[in-house]
Amino acid sequence: MKRRKPERGADVMSKKEKIPRQNMPEQDPMVRSKNFDEVPLGYTEEQALLEAGRCLQCKKPQCIEGCPVDVDIPGFIKLITEKDFTGAARWIKGTNSLPAVCGRVCPQESQCESLCILGKKGEPVAVGRLERFVADYERNTGAVQVPETPAPSGKRVAVVGSGPAGLTVAGDLVKCGHKVTIFEGLHKAGGVLIYGIPEFRLPKDIVDAEISYLEKMGVEVVTNAVIGRGKTVDDLLNDGFDAVFLGVGAGAPVFMNIPGENLSGIYSANEYLTRSNLMKAYRFPEYDTPIARGKNVAVLGAGNVTMDSARTALRLGAENVSVVYRRTEVEMPARAEEVHHAKQEGVQFKLLTNPVEYIGDENGWVTGMKCIQMELGEPDASGRRSPVPIKGSEFVLDVDMVVVAIGTNANPVVPVTTPGLETNKWGYIVVADGETGRTSREGVYAGGDIVTGSATVILAMGAAKKAAKAMDEYLKNKK
Amino acid sequence: MNRIVNNTQLSENVFRMIINAPLIAAKRKAGQFVVIMTEEKGERVPLTIVDSDIDAGTVTIIFQVVGKTTMCLAAMKEGEDLFAVLGPLGTPTEMENFGTAVVVGGGVGIGVAYPIIKALKEAGNKVIAIIGARTKDILILEDEIQKTCDKLIVSTDDGSHGVHGFVTNVLQDLIDSGEVVNRVYAIGPVIMMKFLCEVTRPYKIKTIVSLNPIMVDATGMCGACRVAVGGETKFACVDGPEFDGHGVDFDLLMNRLRMYNDEEEEARKGCRCHE
Ligand SMILES: Cc1cc2nc3c(=O)[nH]c(=O)nc-3n(C[C@H](O)[C@H](O)[C@H](O)COP(=O)(O)OP(=O)(O)OC[C@H]3O[C@@H](n4cnc5c(N)ncnc54)[C@H](O)[C@@H]3O)c2cc1C
Ligand SMILES: Cc1cc2nc3c(=O)[nH]c(=O)nc-3n(C[C@H](O)[C@H](O)[C@H](O)COP(=O)(O)OP(=O)(O)OC[C@H]3O[C@@H](n4cnc5c(N)ncnc54)[C@H](O)[C@@H]3O)c2cc1C
Ligand code: SF4
Ligand code: SF4
Ligand code: FES
Repeated sequence: MKRRKPERGADVMSKKEKIPRQNMPEQDPMVRSKNFDEVPLGYTEEQALLEAGRCLQCKKPQCIEGCPVDVDIPGFIKLITEKDFTGAARWIKGTNSLPAVCGRVCPQESQCESLCILGKKGEPVAVGRLERFVADYERNTGAVQVPETPAPSGKRVAVVGSGPAGLTVAGDLVKCGHKVTIFEGLHKAGGVLIYGIPEFRLPKDIVDAEISYLEKMGVEVVTNAVIGRGKTVDDLLNDGFDAVFLGVGAGAPVFMNIPGENLSGIYSANEYLTRSNLMKAYRFPEYDTPIARGKNVAVLGAGNVTMDSARTALRLGAENVSVVYRRTEVEMPARAEEVHHAKQEGVQFKLLTNPVEYIGDENGWVTGMKCIQMELGEPDASGRRSPVPIKGSEFVLDVDMVVVAIGTNANPVVPVTTPGLETNKWGYIVVADGETGRTSREGVYAGGDIVTGSATVILAMGAAKKAAKAMDEYLKNKK
Repeated sequence: MNRIVNNTQLSENVFRMIINAPLIAAKRKAGQFVVIMTEEKGERVPLTIVDSDIDAGTVTIIFQVVGKTTMCLAAMKEGEDLFAVLGPLGTPTEMENFGTAVVVGGGVGIGVAYPIIKALKEAGNKVIAIIGARTKDILILEDEIQKTCDKLIVSTDDGSHGVHGFVTNVLQDLIDSGEVVNRVYAIGPVIMMKFLCEVTRPYKIKTIVSLNPIMVDATGMCGACRVAVGGETKFACVDGPEFDGHGVDFDLLMNRLRMYNDEEEEARKGCRCHE
């Protein structure tokens, strides 16, 4: 693919500057906080063309440096300007197999868009929104093509876990002619994309479409298969799989270990979101799984998971939802857009506040959360100023539901049941290097959150791509 | 395919279902359970694996009808397929020759107790089984357990069969009779397990209970199943479901089991399985 040479001259610059960054139409905050439909509605063709026209087609595009998988950003944007939307989607898929997902959930403001040259003076090109536009266009117009699968290599690969990492490895290896089987513990494939991220941010149809795309390419998906409980990794290797990829994620919830944490009405974010997303409890009683509908809800933490939980609580009818975070807004790890959307919808932020104890009623249901006010002290090893409690500043927040969204740990099932698989002191799988994802067991590779700790979709996919390449090499050389 | 091979009513509210699940049959050990979904919109419910037949590739569950899912399960017939069967899950029962083991099962807990009785016997223990129910008609597995253990004592609350009284009294009498008991297993309603632990506590007889908190994924991912044991939070689906009963906070478990009472009632009303 040729890249158009950037036009030069001040007049071009100023012409480009005149077109403002295109906003995506969204559901009205007051309406959407009562439904689970997707919040941003996506660009129209017209907007996509205007936005694509803003790109300067830089000769040394900085934006690509910011993308963990090096999507050829000016390349696909050029195709948009030529109105070849399907071609643009396919062009992205050469490096990133899930553009409809990444366009929605990547933290663009700290990745691709953070380095866009236009961002120096004004607003960067909306790379994520364009990526989403072309991927949706391709899917909605039925233009998705299943690539021809090459001659079978005769090699079989087992992929454990069907999150972004597992899906990426499966897609890449099936394209190399290997026979791929994904084993997923839950009854539905997709990992966090299915059980964690809510419908209003990532419609499940999109994830389902990606999985059926893989199936059409010949990937077999086996659900209800917790590797380590039924079959172990060694069973898989003995059953005739030539290599195994572990993409089991960082799915174990973390609690604060403060008094009263097991009271009814206190959820881990994993439980809360799994009930709502995977089990569709927001559609109870059409679906059987219930979920508590708190009136005064506190959600702990400040990441994407926190925002997703808080906004889910609003949609389930809460009157007051507060994000309770021990640092300040600057340190919040969530995507900027999520914080912005949460605020628009009426989520309140109680910053520099830390829970110390829960109070319950005679039925063991939470009624209050005792908190202490914090202030920022000296910078710690990471350079962030660490919060320290202010003596005597305790107060009680009235709550009837709490969601603890302060992080997750390594999922221990596979590491614990796979002898010789090296893990670090936190239980994450150790890989020889990020370029191959090779573990201490021959023929066993790993990538995504189970190696890095909870990170992002695109980082999991990036690691998976490298592992797939190394696995292909390994399989080719294997007798 | 998780085809139902057989579904038999054992008593008014208790059913025994045999399911085709060769992989689970081959791997499962005493104390482990499966998660079942009857349909895509259904709940994930944990049920103990009561028995298995490796050659036939089947597992057996025994369940009591308490709510929507178990109602639907009861209405399902031979030849129908379950939407999902996942397992074996949970940590198997710690098994060795302890000497004399007493296994107490109450109500549908008798079903859960049966595989433990079998495994204890195979491990060389002298096994005394105490099984109890409200009344004679709802007592299950008496014959099977009779055949498996060294001694069986049956009790009913109303005296319609066996000893008149609660299993707690039977256990107390057994201890008082001078029987040396090395280990007790208590499986049944939470309140029963709580009081059985009080019976054994003064004698410091290690008492293993099988806890049944509400679960969602049952693979250690959500924390719905958390219980307090010895002051520590444990996840029953991976750390359990069996724990040392003398450390268990039973009141917390009872509270947490009530968390969705209103919703479960609503789901039950909406259930059309029995029409
Ligand atoms: C609520 C939420 C919101 C998020 N929002 C964003 C966002 O906006 N942007 C972003 O970039 N990132 C976001 N993330 C992070 C991102 O989703 C993860 O980093 C990413 O999904 C990791 O991918 P993975 O493939 O490593 O693991 P996962 O997606 O966790 O998938 C692992 C899969 O393996 C399965 N599994 C585990 N053990 C076994 C076993 N023994 N046998 C079989 N299967 C097993 C699990 O059931 C799961 O399906 C969010 C995460 C959460 C929880
Ligand atoms: C490890 C384990 C093993 C079990 N083994 C057996 C068994 O062998 N036989 C048997 O009859 N029962 C067993 N149970 C209990 C059984 O899972 C519940 O009775 C069943 O989930 C009820 O579902 P329902 O939809 O019919 O009722 P619901 O209307 O949903 O609930 C009725 C009651 O069951 C409990 N319950 C609801 N959902 C769950 C859930 N997902 N997990 C656990 N409890 C729940 C609640 O306390 C509730 O009050 C076991 C539970 C656990 C955790
Ligand atoms: S994959 Fe993510 S980081 Fe890369 S270009 Fe797309 S939105 Fe940006
Ligand atoms: S840095 Fe910005 S303007 Fe330059 S090519 Fe990338 S997106 Fe276009
Ligand atoms: S049921 Fe989810 S962690 Fe145990």
